[in-house]
Amino acid sequence: MSPQPAHDITLMVNGEAIAESVEPRTTLVDFLREALGLTGSHVGCEHGVCGACTVRLDGVIVRGCLTLAVQCDGRRVETIEGLSDSGELADLQAAFERRNALQCGFCTPGMMLTAQELLAAGGVPSRDTIRAHISGNYCRCTGYHAIVDAIESVAQARAQQG
Amino acid sequence: MQIADDVPPGLTALDRPNSYIGRSVPRPNLARLAQGRAQYVSDVVLPRMAHAVFVRSPHAHARIKHVDTAAAKKAPSVIAVVTGAELAKVITPWVGVLTHLKGLKSAPQHAIAIDRACWQGEAVCAVVARTRAEAEDACELVEVEYEPLPAVTDPETALDPKTPLIQPELGDNLCFERKLDAGEVDKAFAESDAVVETTFMFGRHTGVCNEPRAVVADWNPGEQRLTVYHGTQAPHMMQNLFAKHLDLAEHQVRVLTKDVGGSFGIKVHTYADEMATVALSKLLKRPVKFVADRVESFVTDIHARDHRIKAKIGVKNDGTITAFEIDDLTGIGPYSVYPRTSGIEANQIVNLVGGPYTCMNYRALARVVFMNKNVMCQYRAVGHPIAVAVTEGLVELAAAKIGMDPVDLRRKNLFADDAYPAASAAGLKFEALSHHASTDKLVKMMDYPALRTEQQRLRGQGICRGIGFASFIEVTNPSAAFYGVGGAKISSQDGVTMKLDAQGSISCHTGVSEQGQGAEAVIAQVAATAFGVPMERVRVVMGDTDNTPYGGGTWASRAAGIGGEAAWQAGKALRQNVLTAAGSILQARPEALDIRNGIVIDADTGNERIGLDEVARVCYFRPDTLPPGFQAELMATRHYVPRAWPFAFTNGIQAAYLEVDIDTGFVTLIKHWCVEDCGTVINPQLVDEQIRGGVVQGIGAALFEHCLYDERGQLLNGNMADYLVPMAAEMPDIECGHVVSPTADSELGAKGAGEAGTAGAPASVMNAINDALRPLGAAPLTDMPFTPGKILRALGKV
Repeated sequence: MSPQPAHDITLMVNGEAIAESVEPRTTLVDFLREALGLTGSHVGCEHGVCGACTVRLDGVIVRGCLTLAVQCDGRRVETIEGLSDSGELADLQAAFERRNALQCGFCTPGMMLTAQELLAAGGVPSRDTIRAHISGNYCRCTGYHAIVDAIESVAQARAQQG
Repeated sequence: MQIADDVPPGLTALDRPNSYIGRSVPRPNLARLAQGRAQYVSDVVLPRMAHAVFVRSPHAHARIKHVDTAAAKKAPSVIAVVTGAELAKVITPWVGVLTHLKGLKSAPQHAIAIDRACWQGEAVCAVVARTRAEAEDACELVEVEYEPLPAVTDPETALDPKTPLIQPELGDNLCFERKLDAGEVDKAFAESDAVVETTFMFGRHTGVCNEPRAVVADWNPGEQRLTVYHGTQAPHMMQNLFAKHLDLAEHQVRVLTKDVGGSFGIKVHTYADEMATVALSKLLKRPVKFVADRVESFVTDIHARDHRIKAKIGVKNDGTITAFEIDDLTGIGPYSVYPRTSGIEANQIVNLVGGPYTCMNYRALARVVFMNKNVMCQYRAVGHPIAVAVTEGLVELAAAKIGMDPVDLRRKNLFADDAYPAASAAGLKFEALSHHASTDKLVKMMDYPALRTEQQRLRGQGICRGIGFASFIEVTNPSAAFYGVGGAKISSQDGVTMKLDAQGSISCHTGVSEQGQGAEAVIAQVAATAFGVPMERVRVVMGDTDNTPYGGGTWASRAAGIGGEAAWQAGKALRQNVLTAAGSILQARPEALDIRNGIVIDADTGNERIGLDEVARVCYFRPDTLPPGFQAELMATRHYVPRAWPFAFTNGIQAAYLEVDIDTGFVTLIKHWCVEDCGTVINPQLVDEQIRGGVVQGIGAALFEHCLYDERGQLLNGNMADYLVPMAAEMPDIECGHVVSPTADSELGAKGAGEAGTAGAPASVMNAINDALRPLGAAPLTDMPFTPGKILRALGKV
């Protein structure tokens, strides 16, 4: 495939206004990593299976490798860097660290964005529900048990805090 | 959320005040990973960095008649298009053999194929451009003229005289053969009350690391130095190999490994495309980056486990195992992988079959044959999952045949817990194992009798559940016996350099490497305990050949047991040095002092005498106030390698409880248990998480994972949608337990734990499926992975 003419896009990334010129074929995750230096979103499979590139687009999680940067024109993107700085994931990150719910850490940003989506729905989901919700995020290291523990503990803690 | 007990164990020689040994402290630096602030090699960007992409052979075997690079060279942003012949002027080929695997042979392998491509996916040309996308564009303009050659893809016929030779100069397609005959096998079978004979099949699989292989090579002609940012398990080994094949001295090469997105044995080998990337940097005098994409990963990351094993067990009616016999055939790639070779897996299988049991009659034949498929080499738990599945599959089939409970049959044959030192039929030497204590603990954890009752009750309701076990041994803490004696420059020893900084904290430089398993935490825990400071005052430095003692890195479950002991010894040595300095300052005998919680104290009374910051201040800034002739040495280095035993064997047992839907063939995993004995447990939570992650990798082998090749040598499912890996929804909770038999080969007493889960899980799942289906008259399933289709065929439903 030969490159096509670039398109100018403007979008909000982690609260910052971004104006860039992108090739139509550039994926959102490549754009974030290469144009903006946001390397916390990872490229694992580039065909939408592993979930390492999971980011938020207008508040909904998407695969950064199946979304094109040009599709994000005029929209709002949030990544692990932004959600870390805002403190939104602080309790989830602390639980992952205490429970060793990450080993190599490559899946972790995507995994946490996916978990946060479930947790934002409120209540204390069952372990099966947690497992089903994160089943689009591949982790080769942990065997998932610790991840389920960490997410469950955050759900319980948030529920207690009301 | 359950965190393993964070309490110190009972007092042992390792229990110094504020000991971290045996405590589930969190790993240092996890926040960096959790916040997306890690630095994987795929994140590295350097000034003037270019990107390499490879044109890869679509044929399993083909002569390369011509490579036309003219159009690609004119493509936008292309810097160079380089063929195998051109690159061979910069980098020499290699041959993956070890002299202690007698007769093992292979042919020279080039970084980029020159005359022939020998597997689908082998690189035949490199394109370097300013961006990866543009390099990929230009790859499509490289015209390669191939003459397809017959592909050798069936191990069963690889040695037939009429089968073409993959490497004609070798004379045949046999890479390696090993025979073993211990005891009186024929007599033992003849005297058995029952003999079970079957064939086990193990599909090829691969590591599927979440971060693909990645390398950034930076040859700086001004410095005459090569810096390689490399996602590797073994930085010093790679330093040696880059130097050797690029005609450099080792001191001209620095390998840097920060964060690695999973390795599992995949990233401890020499990969042609990575060697080519490094050579391209030397050729082009600028940084060059290569990150494999997922499709490339499937056809070039090493594969493993492709074995066909005809196996036989004899038993007496009282459950005594009389003999084991195996005939193993495995088809590797067209080359033995460098430098660890592709013979080790089969060799391990021969070593490990029957390993937990006292039966001394054992015959084995293993043949390793070349194939025109992707290369095969060591992957997590090398050979163990296969040897354990064969042994434990036979044990449970034999138990069923004589009508004995499978746990009872094991108890009758496992080495007694007071039988050590002992040796297996294959000659493996065991220092101290705990098969019976582990079995007792497992049976209690799972409440085995109650589970059998539940199984029976549900069977009455048409629900088909199974319980399967797998006893195992695991090779850990390898000495030079693994690779060094065979001529490979792979270090089995490891070192730690520890130094006191000017504020009284310590830095700890180690040759072992972090792949996510927690080596950094273990080194920090041991260092803090041995020296006497809180963990937050320890910084671990690893993954840098310029700044760490020479070491082997991470493989064969060695980082905690070998690197940990080096840290223990270095910590003790530095404590001694610091106390000598403190004694000089305080005019006290060093033996009367100790370091506790970062403060020098009187050993007897615990009274505080002087802070480490003050000791450092005097020694670094006012040495003029110290007595004449006294020189403080606030840094110490110690190395360690196991000497008394070639390997520290561990042991354990796993159990799987699952349900088979006999209408769909789907398997639902209900619960999994593992009890293992890795000696001294430095961090219980990290050990448990190694076990759990390993178990799930093993479950993948049992149920999902299989690199499917057709007869032309084409990989049919080289993507993550078609090659299935375990995801969260299908995996069970996994309960872990421990028995502790420390090795006396080190003061720490720690053995490895990284591969036990993967070793035993496939066998226990297989046995549970067969336990579930046996009452239905299904033929035993021994052909992994156990897909719904195979289960339905076993049930005669399709």
